[in-house]
Amino acid sequence: MTLRDASLFGLVGLLIVLTGVMQSWNLALQVLNMGLISAIMALGVNLQWGFAGLFNVGVMGFVALGGLAVALVAMPPVAESWRVGGAGIVGSMVVALITILAAVWVWKSRRLSRAWRGWLVALILVVGFIIYRTLFDPARDAVESVNPALQGHLGGLGLPALVAWPIGGVLAAGAAWIIGKTALGLRSDYLAIATLGIAEIILAVMKNEDWLARGVKNVIGVPSPLPTAIELQERASFAERFVDPVTASTLTVKLGYSLLFTVVLVILLVLMQLALRSPWGRMMRAIRDNETAAAAMGKNVTRRHLQIFILGSAICGVAGAMMTTLDGQLVPGTYQPLRFTFLVWVMVIVGGSGNNYGAVLGGFLIWFLWVQVEPVGQWLIGTATAGLPEGAFKSHLVDSAAYMRLFTMGVLMLLVLRFSPRGLIPER
Amino acid sequence: MDLLNALVAFANFVMVPALAYGSQLALGALGVTLIYGILRFSNFAHGDTMAFGTMAVVLVTWLFQSWGVSFGPLPTALLALPFGILICMGFVLGTDRLVYRFYRAQKVKPVVLVIVSMGVMFVTNGLVRFIIGPDDQRFADGERFLISARDFKEMTGLQEGLAIKTGQALTVVVAVIAVAWLFWFLNRTRTGKSMRAYSDNEDLALLSGINPERVVMVTWLIVAALATLAGTLYGLDKSFKPFTYFQLLLPFFAAAIVGGLGSPLGAIVGGFVIAFSEVMITYAWKKVVTYAVPERWEPDSLVQLLSTDYKFAVSFVILLVVLIFRPTGLFSGKSV
Repeated sequence: MTLRDASLFGLVGLLIVLTGVMQSWNLALQVLNMGLISAIMALGVNLQWGFAGLFNVGVMGFVALGGLAVALVAMPPVAESWRVGGAGIVGSMVVALITILAAVWVWKSRRLSRAWRGWLVALILVVGFIIYRTLFDPARDAVESVNPALQGHLGGLGLPALVAWPIGGVLAAGAAWIIGKTALGLRSDYLAIATLGIAEIILAVMKNEDWLARGVKNVIGVPSPLPTAIELQERASFAERFVDPVTASTLTVKLGYSLLFTVVLVILLVLMQLALRSPWGRMMRAIRDNETAAAAMGKNVTRRHLQIFILGSAICGVAGAMMTTLDGQLVPGTYQPLRFTFLVWVMVIVGGSGNNYGAVLGGFLIWFLWVQVEPVGQWLIGTATAGLPEGAFKSHLVDSAAYMRLFTMGVLMLLVLRFSPRGLIPER
Repeated sequence: MDLLNALVAFANFVMVPALAYGSQLALGALGVTLIYGILRFSNFAHGDTMAFGTMAVVLVTWLFQSWGVSFGPLPTALLALPFGILICMGFVLGTDRLVYRFYRAQKVKPVVLVIVSMGVMFVTNGLVRFIIGPDDQRFADGERFLISARDFKEMTGLQEGLAIKTGQALTVVVAVIAVAWLFWFLNRTRTGKSMRAYSDNEDLALLSGINPERVVMVTWLIVAALATLAGTLYGLDKSFKPFTYFQLLLPFFAAAIVGGLGSPLGAIVGGFVIAFSEVMITYAWKKVVTYAVPERWEPDSLVQLLSTDYKFAVSFVILLVVLIFRPTGLFSGKSV
């Protein structure tokens, strides 16, 4: 890291401190925590785009899968749901898996002619689908009718919250494997469109499959690895020490998360720096810069792409799991592509693709702007329209100020792409 | 068993909606495929260009309505359409001048252009929400139905009704006219031929004296017109909401890839393939099946393969199947 890079980081740190001084320390810590998570997402995308030149626009899907993992791992199991529908759901999943494996096996076997294989695969899929639906539908209805106001899902495994983070990564990696197997090796735009699609599908599943994680009814009260603010306030030894125990407790919890997230970020950053400088990292960049030459040197380009695609998606999954733990709830309706896919891309591009420090810096900086552009925009519009008479036009302008941030992010990204295409901290 | 009623129910719930939706998808996919063929990148801003054009149409429509201008039984939006297209053309040419031209001159890799189009997408998205807001806007007026279900029942005496909304009928008619004009333009005029030449082989086209900037400009103009048309027709048929238009990007790309990227005919076929599969797979067939089979076999369930919330999944699965088994698409577009 050069002096310039360090001063850029210092600048972002100063911005967050200023937020604390001028607005509130609660907000500053919120920005810091989400900045840490954004930095991890940006690292994941940087691994794919900066190291290997893979164009993933399905970040939202992997982040959402990480969130789903938290609900499935950390929530306590619902015994009643398992009793009425557990067997049916597990059975139907097994049927689905067997059907798909059988179809793939038949399609790949060389004993039959192509036409016969096609018909056989179709037959297997249709029969499998019918068995699956007959097993699945009653089980799903049974599970969803178990105390629907609070539960109506299978619940989780009841494991500690921190275990959910790596599992979030594993879930995202699994999805990345499926998508990578099909779309990698085709031209780069196709991967982009395939990932865009898979993200929408993951979200559709999370919104509609109530038995899994309550769908749009949201999972609330996700267990936290740290004591909550209320628990702290009730603890006499804590409450006695502060004049204002309420603020003190919320700040303490947020600081605790900041520490946890910093540990994760530092571990990932160190690993990625080591990887970047290792022979593996040099090979990846060689593949990125000239696939044909790398293939001629005996590197299996498609396999390496698959590997790095899975690793990068797993990092996004971990970040998603961390975010759900921080929020304490899983709300599928809040996942939006502009916010979770394209904003992460702005982070990587502005920070500097191919440079891990750049991605981290971009994560912090863009998240800070994303949070602060809205009040600034409102203030600007408020000042600009102060002289206007009250009316529909003025109130429309004031209401619209919230959308300033999309516009600002776009302009920022276009400016960086045009005048500093290598980002704030360029690749070295 | 009552085959006639089954047929009418099928037409009412599957054929008509899918035809209208397919025409809208075809128009959108044509825009995507033209950009891909001439400018050689996947334009992520296409959905938002469409939202921008439609927004212009909606605003002009409101202006006309406030003046008391109407178009009889047809929606006023049709009168506003030319103005919307002009505004959208101006906007698109502006973005090309300000943003894309710089990268074209540098001959950057296509994927850089895709990222740039992401930036344009953000800006357009912000602009549209800033100007008209993120909410649903209805701007259809005039007669609501060409044939309403009740009239149809009275006319034919059948149990099932067939309703055709004005928006749906208009969609198909306008789409046919637009596509016919586009093909005439591409195949018969000098500019159209130079566009196809440029798409097939850039270097040869340049050698024979084709002005690339002119080809690019004409492409953007056509794309703006198609996007505004597709957006307005979609908005008349359903409603205008900026976020929905952004989401249409996926079926557009699916349609363009299924047909073969860069192939206009493919985009149209792809649009209908995607639309019909989406509607047929997410439709609850109970009604049609009940009419079509003897009474003993009548189904208890909805006979619905997937819930309508998964319609994106359908276009996506078709896309995947095509990518795996025929990466160049049905009509052999460009592929690397």
